[in-house]
Amino acid sequence: MDLLFGLLTGVLFGFLLQRGQVLRYDVQLGALRLKDMTIVKFMLSHIMVAMVGIYLLNDLGLVKLSLKATVVGANALGGLIFGLGWGLVGYCPGTSLGAVGEGRLDALAAIAGMLVGAGIFARAYDGLLPTVYTWGNYGKITLAGVLGINHWLVIAILIVAFAAILRFIERKGL
Amino acid sequence: MARQAKGWNPYLAGALSGLVSVGSVWVAGKYLGASTTFVRGAGLAERLYAPDVVTTLAYYLKEKPLIDWQFLFVLGIALGAFIAAKASNDFKVQLVPDTWRARFGDGVGLRALAAFVGGAVAMFGARLADGCPSGHGLSGMSQLAVSGYLAGAGFFAGGILMARLLYRGK
Repeated sequence: MDLLFGLLTGVLFGFLLQRGQVLRYDVQLGALRLKDMTIVKFMLSHIMVAMVGIYLLNDLGLVKLSLKATVVGANALGGLIFGLGWGLVGYCPGTSLGAVGEGRLDALAAIAGMLVGAGIFARAYDGLLPTVYTWGNYGKITLAGVLGINHWLVIAILIVAFAAILRFIERKGL
Repeated sequence: MARQAKGWNPYLAGALSGLVSVGSVWVAGKYLGASTTFVRGAGLAERLYAPDVVTTLAYYLKEKPLIDWQFLFVLGIALGAFIAAKASNDFKVQLVPDTWRARFGDGVGLRALAAFVGGAVAMFGARLADGCPSGHGLSGMSQLAVSGYLAGAGFFAGGILMARLLYRGK
């Protein structure tokens, strides 16, 4: 059942990624070159809807949060390394599959590279554990927890902030 | 632009994908993510020629080489994109993206090499960060996870830096 739900969710998500036109190299590089903010529009509207829905269901006791631990060294350094690779490949792990689905076959080389990158990481993991993974390990924390305020207040602030970013983008015609 | 004419409004597509995300958490208890699947995929491939690697490396013991919810989710993205592209007459086989061609020429080998190397670097970083733009960027930021906002800032900082290096002055 899990597998079937996974496939169905993937099909819906892939359909929307394609219709949102965010699968292509040109659009992803457009964002990184600060020329075309389509993926930012897609991501921020996703997050605005999902954070309200998830926290609503969570408050009602219908879903559980699944937070990734905050380890400043690993999150920030890993994020930066991901970004450097992303600028070169122009696809994310999820969108690389979607890109193949719409005919962009350079994404096949990207997927092969990603599999090799995962294999390299598996070999580096033991060496990284005593270093990067110990730098600033704060466990599973949220913005609301860190600020010590209600999560709905944080959500309201983020919605206003994201809306301001999107308004700025629209005004600049990006 | 032709691109806009063929696609949906990105706000609409993004908001609907947010609903898909909420539905997935509600119905199946699963948050969207993609990069762990590449570890499982690499493990499945390695098992074919070096079975002991998969049973000894700590990372493969942590992220076992098996087909799970996320594995099917990632494959589903390809299928969903294919259906959407075919249905809207937007499917097009392309080996070199337009922007890349304008900057670096239409050599298929050079583009494939860059995509391969970039993919390997990106995946190494995603595993170190414990997630990619789906797991951290969408699911993490939606849950207000500090890790999601940190990693997300790193994704764009690194990406903008690399894009500047590659497209300097363009």
